[in-house]
Amino acid sequence: MKMRNAQSVPLSEIPRLAIGEFRVEVLRAVREGERLCAFFHHGGRLWAVLACDESGLLRLVSGEVQDSYAALTPECPQAHWFEREVCEESGIRPEGHPWLRPIRSGYADFYRVEGDEVHEVAVGPVHAGVIEPGHFRFQCHGEDVLHLEIALGYQRRGAQALIQGGPDRRTVHVMETLAGDTSIGHVLAYAQAMESLSGTRVPARALAWRGVALELERLANHCGDLGALANDVGYLPTASFCGRLRGDFLNMTALLCGSRFGRGLVRPGGVRFDAEPGRIEDLLRRLEAAARDSASAVGLLWKSNSVMGRFEDTGKLSREDCLALGLVGPAARACGVERDVRHDFPHGIYSYAQVPVSTAQTGDVLGRAFVRWLEMQRSLAFAKETLEHLPTGSIAAAPAPCAPERICVSLVEGWRGEICHVALTDGAGRFARYQVVDASFHNWFGLAHAMRGQQISDFPLCNKSFNLSYCGHDL
Amino acid sequence: METGLILSSAGGIAGAALAAPLLSGVINRTKAVFAGRRGQPLLQAYHDIIKLLGKGAVYSRTTTWVFRAGPVIQFSCAALALALLPMGSRPALLAFPGDFICLAGLLALMRFFLMTAALDTGSSFEGMGASREAAFSALAEPVFLLSLAVLARLTGALSLSGMASRLALHPAEGSGPVLALTALALFVVFLAENARVPVDDPNTHLELTMIHEVMALDHGGPDLAFIQYAAQLKLWIMGILVVNALGLGGRGGWACAGGMAALAVLIGIVESTMARLRLLRVPQLMIGAGALSLLALLLTLVRP
Repeated sequence: MKMRNAQSVPLSEIPRLAIGEFRVEVLRAVREGERLCAFFHHGGRLWAVLACDESGLLRLVSGEVQDSYAALTPECPQAHWFEREVCEESGIRPEGHPWLRPIRSGYADFYRVEGDEVHEVAVGPVHAGVIEPGHFRFQCHGEDVLHLEIALGYQRRGAQALIQGGPDRRTVHVMETLAGDTSIGHVLAYAQAMESLSGTRVPARALAWRGVALELERLANHCGDLGALANDVGYLPTASFCGRLRGDFLNMTALLCGSRFGRGLVRPGGVRFDAEPGRIEDLLRRLEAAARDSASAVGLLWKSNSVMGRFEDTGKLSREDCLALGLVGPAARACGVERDVRHDFPHGIYSYAQVPVSTAQTGDVLGRAFVRWLEMQRSLAFAKETLEHLPTGSIAAAPAPCAPERICVSLVEGWRGEICHVALTDGAGRFARYQVVDASFHNWFGLAHAMRGQQISDFPLCNKSFNLSYCGHDL
Repeated sequence: METGLILSSAGGIAGAALAAPLLSGVINRTKAVFAGRRGQPLLQAYHDIIKLLGKGAVYSRTTTWVFRAGPVIQFSCAALALALLPMGSRPALLAFPGDFICLAGLLALMRFFLMTAALDTGSSFEGMGASREAAFSALAEPVFLLSLAVLARLTGALSLSGMASRLALHPAEGSGPVLALTALALFVVFLAENARVPVDDPNTHLELTMIHEVMALDHGGPDLAFIQYAAQLKLWIMGILVVNALGLGGRGGWACAGGMAALAVLIGIVESTMARLRLLRVPQLMIGAGALSLLALLLTLVRP
């Protein structure tokens, strides 16, 4: 069953395969270049959302499953994390999975490298900074990292269970806090799914505001990340100025809706806030100033040899590994993979306005930093362009109830990468299942992989260059 | 030695003991100016030490007397080293031929107890910090001794006080290049030994990247105060050596103080304008400094 981004189809049209066929189908698709966006268990079936970046089409397949099935992971590393999740949540065993440990309920028996000179370093879950909790277990030989295993789950809130049976009044608030720094991204994915399920047409002006808000969120986070990268190598000028600039971008979102993180702005049907011409002009002025300041603050990074010396060749990922692991977002684009939901699966404002895909070829910290800077420039241009040509009209359509027995896959390119929401409705139009896949879910394993053979002292830098969400993963 | 001279030297030591924490204040203020911030008070380091002295200490059950002895021994070593140090035009309280080797020995002893106290905790972080400290200081120490040997050869004096006064008052003809090379080598050693950028980052909160800070992570209260104060004294001691190598030290109290202030500002500028080196690159920096001091030594040997 092929469909577009945020298009809803009747559940009955999804092929219901035997598990053997399902497995063959998924493996074939992945071999042919499609990738796994979501993979979950619901109603006695395994569901896989496959995305074809070239054609911009999504494919849903499902297979009947009993207690166990032959694991996909040995032939399709992308499925690694997903299969561990399915096993943890439903107890269905993927036989032959190479490392079947729970991903969210912390566990003790980590992978160990034996040897007299090998030592283990345990970091977290409580860290020295005010950051989210997660446990990192390094197997080291001197300063060299042989293996890194990441144990998450300390932020588990049961968000998906809270959404089940919805939508209700609290659903949208759960969405806004799935990953606090990606409020706009997640609510947008939710709103797209809701609009598709209920057949609501969103006014053009609302689409434009959503685009502006999503890009402002990207700008604030990319800018903050570049500053944090500078801070991690002890380069103060960029660290300080980007810290302030991040605040400037957050304040622009606040100017629009009163919340620096865009809470309360996007709702199914449209947006809740509009701005009068004076405020739009103010926004444009601020954007221009921030563009100027960030160009000089970030420019210092590329001009400073000592910073380049730290960024280059640190945490390198090859394009092949990136494709095999199914990474998304800036981490994938830094490996030369042109993968961007805004470009491949355009929806909303992005169907009308193109944002070029920003890539780098090096796959190291420099690549991930540089992609962020390219994206900042393009987001700035996009936001300016959109604000200068805002469509007129209303900003919200009245929301309607969801149609029963349908399924919708909604993708959004959040600042960390692809956000995938899959909504299945029951006979009454309520969520029988609501599956959320944050970009972090795809990328955490990429971070562990990028650390192999690296210096343990470079881990914080490498970690920051991915800057993944703990709560977005743990849900 | 006359009583007056002894009193004067003791006054120098007291002045250094009082002024040492101010250096970090000047460094931090310089960094703040570069970053466009107001920065912490100049006297913040003093407040920190006083605050820490008023606290209790917590000891892990896995630690032994080595852990408790560490801070006191470090402080004692640093304080003793002060007595060997000529400051301004005052000679050191204790000056004897070859005292610079004794100074290097005291600093090594200080480091030894910092490292053993860190290893005593059994923490993987502190172990890594101690291992880095051992690796880098093994490279920094020869450069340090070599640089002082150059100064000894150049001035013909075998005590630090003799070197300082001759460098300031009777600089040998044409010794400029030698002094510049030696001062540069000493400055690199100074940055490395005092855990400054580009070797270490005194501001970081990331345990995996730290060298010096990580070894003090399990110390608290008065113990931490002693470690911090000992580190500030060490910063002062090595700073004085750099200032003396430039011939500023022996010219009197004000020249010496001015030199120290300029040095602190210079560190602030270095830390504001460059990133920290990758740990793998630090040995190259130290070898580079070693090459500078070796070149300086060669120059002194071929001089008539």
